[in-house]
Amino acid sequence: MIRVQEADFDLGAEVAKLRAGRTDIGAIVTFIGTVRDCGGRVDEMTLEHYPAMTEAELARIEAEAKARWPLQASLIVHRVGRLTPGENIVLVATASEHREAAFAAAEFLMDYLKTSAPFWKRESGPDGSRWVEASANDDEAASRWRDKHAAE
Amino acid sequence: MHLLYFAWVREKTGIAAEDVELPAGIATVGDLMAWLKMRGEGFADAFARPDVVRAAVDQTHARRDASLEGAREIAFFPPVTGG
Repeated sequence: MIRVQEADFDLGAEVAKLRAGRTDIGAIVTFIGTVRDCGGRVDEMTLEHYPAMTEAELARIEAEAKARWPLQASLIVHRVGRLTPGENIVLVATASEHREAAFAAAEFLMDYLKTSAPFWKRESGPDGSRWVEASANDDEAASRWRDKHAAE
Repeated sequence: MHLLYFAWVREKTGIAAEDVELPAGIATVGDLMAWLKMRGEGFADAFARPDVVRAAVDQTHARRDASLEGAREIAFFPPVTGG
């Protein structure tokens, strides 16, 4: 399941929905990404996205995770619009029979989301505002899954 | 052809979207970027580093050598920074 929204999300409610009525799930992993103030440099973050492409890209990433690991359920919720430090940005949840698949798939979803889903962050603070630059670490994190895939 | 610009590419071009008639001879994403770059100061600035600007053809990531044949919507944007 994929959702892009301005509103906040509630982790407990999302997990409850994900597992409702199911008795076959043995492991649920959740990840929440939040806005940092970066030592007082950031007062506000604005997330822009490419609506027509975002959901398609997130669905593609989710389908790839489901093809790689035996997931019984998964969820990606990504917020857009104006956020302040401490607020939630993104939620990824994965459910599987065993923890290995749930952990790996959650990490994969985040790594791929960060390098391919069309979102852009703009931070503003006391020194003005700037577009956040893409991180080489994120590219590296995503590429290790490709290497792994190639090795398999 | 419907063109979209996001984040700092949008700020530099000064527009979020436009419809353009492409001149003959523009076959790839890279050709289109080279043409856009010549459309004034804002576009020149937006496409000054074509290796940094990313593109999508009909909502799918596309490399600079990707063909524009049959494409309806091309988007240009910086490397993504979600999550």
